[in-house]
Amino acid sequence: MNRFAGTVNLRELLRPVGQMLVFSLASSVVLSLIVIVLALIMDQTVVGETLLARSKVSLLTYTLVNLPQVILDGLTIGFVYAAIALGYTMVYGVLEFINFAHSEIFAVGAFVGVELLIVLQIYGMLEGGSLIGAYTWLIIAILAGMIGAGLLAISVERVAYRPLRGAPRLVPLISAIGVSFFLQDAIRLIESLTTGQFHRIIPTFGNFDERLTFGQIPIGDSVIALGIQVKSIIVIIAAVLMLVGLNYLVNATKVGRAIRAVAQDRATASLMGIDVNRIISLTFLVGGALGGAAGVLYALKFTRIDPFVGFFPGLKAFTAAVLGGIGNLTGALLGGIILGMLETFSGTYMSAFTMGAAGAEYKDIFAFAILILVLIFRPHGLMGENVAQKA
Amino acid sequence: MMLEVKNLHVYYGSIHALKGINFHVDKGEVVALIGANGAGKSTTLSTISGLLQPAEGNVIFQGEDITLTPAEQTVQKGVVQVPEGRKIFATLTVMENLEMGAYTQRDKNQFKQDLEYVFTLFPRLKERQKQLGGTFSGGEQQMLAMARALMSSPTMLLLDEPSMGLSPILVEQIFEIVQSINKKGTSILLVEQNAQMALSIADRAYVLETGEIKLEGSAQEVLHNPTVIEAYLGGH
Repeated sequence: MNRFAGTVNLRELLRPVGQMLVFSLASSVVLSLIVIVLALIMDQTVVGETLLARSKVSLLTYTLVNLPQVILDGLTIGFVYAAIALGYTMVYGVLEFINFAHSEIFAVGAFVGVELLIVLQIYGMLEGGSLIGAYTWLIIAILAGMIGAGLLAISVERVAYRPLRGAPRLVPLISAIGVSFFLQDAIRLIESLTTGQFHRIIPTFGNFDERLTFGQIPIGDSVIALGIQVKSIIVIIAAVLMLVGLNYLVNATKVGRAIRAVAQDRATASLMGIDVNRIISLTFLVGGALGGAAGVLYALKFTRIDPFVGFFPGLKAFTAAVLGGIGNLTGALLGGIILGMLETFSGTYMSAFTMGAAGAEYKDIFAFAILILVLIFRPHGLMGENVAQKA
Repeated sequence: MMLEVKNLHVYYGSIHALKGINFHVDKGEVVALIGANGAGKSTTLSTISGLLQPAEGNVIFQGEDITLTPAEQTVQKGVVQVPEGRKIFATLTVMENLEMGAYTQRDKNQFKQDLEYVFTLFPRLKERQKQLGGTFSGGEQQMLAMARALMSSPTMLLLDEPSMGLSPILVEQIFEIVQSINKKGTSILLVEQNAQMALSIADRAYVLETGEIKLEGSAQEVLHNPTVIEAYLGGH
């Protein structure tokens, strides 16, 4: 069927990897420089003196020592945001509407994966096995989350959006918000009927909670261990694989060309013989599957999930998509990484820089302040097309 | 008979855009559908291709009723519309646009043949395969749109205002190409405001006015009809 079967477009495989490296490096460098400069300045003030008196460490040392960890954590959460953001941006690309139910599709993916692992644990399948076994189960759980979320996304489109295709733009938006509430309560209902509790904890198995340490740095009275959790590595690798796969699908396959054609002009795409409804379903399937995988990865990283687990990651990912330029896949990637980094940087350093007055709980202020600034100066996002040019 | 349109009624909401039109295109013919802006020419093409559905009437192609066939399936039956305003995919490259046109083509060899054919018709496209469609000028876009349609090896081509917004030299070029496509055996239904040009290459013509066919006949007859001269040919 595919006339290019057999030839792999290497460029489209390498390009997103390069982009991810550039975005990750650039955001790390920029944010690191900012905090280092801030630390240098504040070391001379009462902020630095207080920290020195309390922990016997200068603000600069504190900043530098925490930096590697912050960057790694920022990337981990950034890639999760990027994977969710791609779902928003793909649907926006083909239908020009925000699928607000995507956060719940993410949550359903998380629940499917976690429940599967819990069942496996009950049957004793997770215990004592080899590492290969543990990774196999994890991959199966991620795939299950992808399938569950992908199929759910298709059904939501079919039931709640397709009948409203010709309606004014606000109507499917309201429908999406309705679906979002409906799914939250559906998860609650199913969980309370079957397990009697809303909070589910991902089982501990394999070596995912172990920390790989690279060394130790003593500061003041305490010692800080430099390292990364195995599960963070898994999250980053899984997200990178998905992002590369999606980029390949969209930019180097026949189906991807059809998706781009439909995104540009539905009527003309149908004149080419493209079944527009099928392509739209496919877009929801792919976006939903990415969201579902992100859900399982999120559960792996943060262990506990509840029916409302999708709300904040969903909101952040939506923000990331807008920040990068909604409708643009590379933009979603960039937005996700920037948002994850900003969040982790401010979460870590805000407390020290303000002498504890504003702690990590204020971290989202930065992320959203940046969003507002970007939108004031670039209303179409960092990489978005100018809407006027499109018309 | 290649294509037959019988008693076609189409509504846009409460607007009665086509009021029971009848016409046909024979095998190998170029038939022109001329008329002013808003007469219902594009509506007619979109109804044949399946983008619009009529309230009443039938579209018969090669003996098969395709009235309710959706657009994506009409292509596979061999009827392809080149939409008004080109509507090429601006963010796709020339090659990708052509591949989109061949979306329903499963035969690899046929694809290669069609590609070769459109590259001989439009040598310029061959030179610019990797360029984005959106960077093309109006004339080049029209050529790309026609090439894209030809990539599905159609038996019938529906051309909607190919001359729109083009310089006289380009219009002449485009119409020469239309003729050569026709000579290779593709029947053509040509919708045009540029009546002079359309009638110069058509075998037969129909004049559409506010949703009704007011006049029909051979291109020569229509060209010399006093009312047509008065209304569409600038009164010469």
